[in-house]
Amino acid sequence: MLVAPQVAITIVFFFWPAAQAVWYSFQLQDAFGLKTQFVGLQNFAALFKDSNYLESFKVTAVFSALVAFFGLSISLLLAAMADRVLRGAMAYKTLLIWPYAVAPAVAGVLWAFLFAPSIGIVTYVLKGMGIDWNWILRGDQAMLLVVIASVWKQISYNFLFFLAGLQSIPRSLIEAASIDGASPTRRFWTIVFPLLSPTTFFLLVVNIVYAFFDTFGVIDATTQGGPAQATQILVYKVYHDGVKASDLGGSSAQSVILMIIVIALTVVQFRYIERKVQY
Amino acid sequence: MKLHVFAPVALAAAFVALPAQAQTEIQWWHSMGGALGEALNGLADQFNASQKDYKVVTTYKGSYPESMTAAIAAFRAGNAPHLLQVFEVGTATMMAAKGAIVPVATVMAEANEPFDPKAYLPTVTGYYTDLKGNMLSFPFNSSTVMFYINMDAFKKAGLAPVAPKTWKEVITAAEKLKAAGQQCVYTTSWPSWMHIENFSAWHNVPIGTKQNGMGGLDTVFTINSPLHVRHIAMLGDMSKKGLFTYAGRTNQGDARFSSGECAMFSGSAGAQAGIKKAAKFDWSINFIPYHDDVAGAPQNSIIGGASVWIMGGKKPAEYKGIAKFMSFLSKPAVQMQWHTSTGYVPITQAAYEVTRASGFYDKNPGADMPTKQLTNKAPTANSKGLRFGNFVQGRTVIEEELENVFAGKKDAKTALDDAVRRGNEILRQFEAANK
Repeated sequence: MLVAPQVAITIVFFFWPAAQAVWYSFQLQDAFGLKTQFVGLQNFAALFKDSNYLESFKVTAVFSALVAFFGLSISLLLAAMADRVLRGAMAYKTLLIWPYAVAPAVAGVLWAFLFAPSIGIVTYVLKGMGIDWNWILRGDQAMLLVVIASVWKQISYNFLFFLAGLQSIPRSLIEAASIDGASPTRRFWTIVFPLLSPTTFFLLVVNIVYAFFDTFGVIDATTQGGPAQATQILVYKVYHDGVKASDLGGSSAQSVILMIIVIALTVVQFRYIERKVQY
Repeated sequence: MKLHVFAPVALAAAFVALPAQAQTEIQWWHSMGGALGEALNGLADQFNASQKDYKVVTTYKGSYPESMTAAIAAFRAGNAPHLLQVFEVGTATMMAAKGAIVPVATVMAEANEPFDPKAYLPTVTGYYTDLKGNMLSFPFNSSTVMFYINMDAFKKAGLAPVAPKTWKEVITAAEKLKAAGQQCVYTTSWPSWMHIENFSAWHNVPIGTKQNGMGGLDTVFTINSPLHVRHIAMLGDMSKKGLFTYAGRTNQGDARFSSGECAMFSGSAGAQAGIKKAAKFDWSINFIPYHDDVAGAPQNSIIGGASVWIMGGKKPAEYKGIAKFMSFLSKPAVQMQWHTSTGYVPITQAAYEVTRASGFYDKNPGADMPTKQLTNKAPTANSKGLRFGNFVQGRTVIEEELENVFAGKKDAKTALDDAVRRGNEILRQFEAANK
């Protein structure tokens, strides 16, 4: 009985919309919902016939891998540095946490301005170095831009957790190792990193989910999935087809697929990777 | 404490709101931001001041796709606005939603308000009329695509400051500009609208079968014809040589021309206002270029912009008010005010005549070019407009494939074949959903 309110909230806000998405995904509807036909798995069949939808999978995989990898490694580096700082640690930490307070869309706009093909400051510098920077036409550069913006946005979050994790590692262990003559790098990889693995694992899950869903704002504010389809991740395609193009059936089918992927991913992560984590 | 501060305000608001109850309110959702929004509110205010029975309440609902989505959601929830401004690519979706909308001709006839679809420019009427000749939505803001040049940049490159008329001349001029050190030679806004849709109309070739989709839902795209392939290949080649700079899918090109970065530019007639404000150089507005070896070219260009749709399921008194408001908006003087304050084209012949007689075009050379381009010749089946279901998605597909060509990833033939194949899938989906 005590969990009843929670169960009710879960049903109303999670299961109901999810069930509705599944229901819509079997239907073919006009934009205004005046005519509805039940078409079974036709929406799904159409999606998997579409080579561009499959391409979107690849883009999403590359994008999430890049975001998770760089997001984790950069923030781990920063946290390891911050852990050793004695003076001004407070100011340093505060500054690093700031980007987390920035909305994804704003982060996207910020970076888009810096990298704007004709007026961006970074573009100007790159041009000076002889690099032709034009993410509006070049897919790899567009991908780089959204990865940078997304990683930048997520670093603070990762940083906080890594720092907390680092600080919970008993000093005595590290000191013992250094007395034994282990170099700082060796100490990090053989003692700190394994002890940090629960945090790293947690952050890996969070970052992949972040890359899958929350980066939507960054992409909408910068590339809008282009050029061609270079940055069209699955969730952006769901939005474009469902909201902008009012294709409810196709969009619902996509979100059902997305739902399945995320469930599968989480299960895999908890079943296989978690075993290797030492708590 | 807070309550005390706000109590008088709330009280005052209650009193102010009271007299409005007696009026019939007409909700109008639109997508005109900034200066355009002010001009639109000006029209509503004038109408509200001109009579006491009805009050038009305007609400800005974001970009065109955003307000359309908002209205669809509102309709599904049972509280759609009375009037909705819908962009041209949403026309097919609205037309197919027979239970959700009421044709403007019907509303006007039932309210005994005079309404003559023939008063509009043929390219405008054609766009919003079904095959039986019923006008379904009320044409409001229309533009077309124009070709702008930076005359100062032309002079600097040793060229006469006259706009190239054909694409051959564009390339010759572009090479000279490039040689003179011009960073960005040519750019465009709205690539699909300019280089596929208007390009087709201007050369009198079809965009799709069944009169560009106007003749039925079983239309297919025909934008992989040799002429289309040749044109897109030319742009891809220009892009490779640095003669064409791609700016993006919407109006990003506008700023790159008005800042002086690009010397030639194709964009909406509505871009004039922004250019006038920002440009620190002499510029001119011209007809879009054509390929001179194509028989019959140039034909006429097609419109872009939006029309006002009347939503279904409202009270008779409200429809009466809507009819009155539409009559007000049809007045030549009102049309002229909208045209001259926004840069959108005058959509009735009468408004054009009134504006010309007022001397506006003498004071603003080039302001009548869009109308002249739209009425260059009597429109054919290929040039009166287009009507493709889910064209929001369709346009995205075209733009994605164009980007592949401009980036050198696909050749023009492959890209346009792919655009046709993917576009047709969307059309079949729409056909199935609206049978």
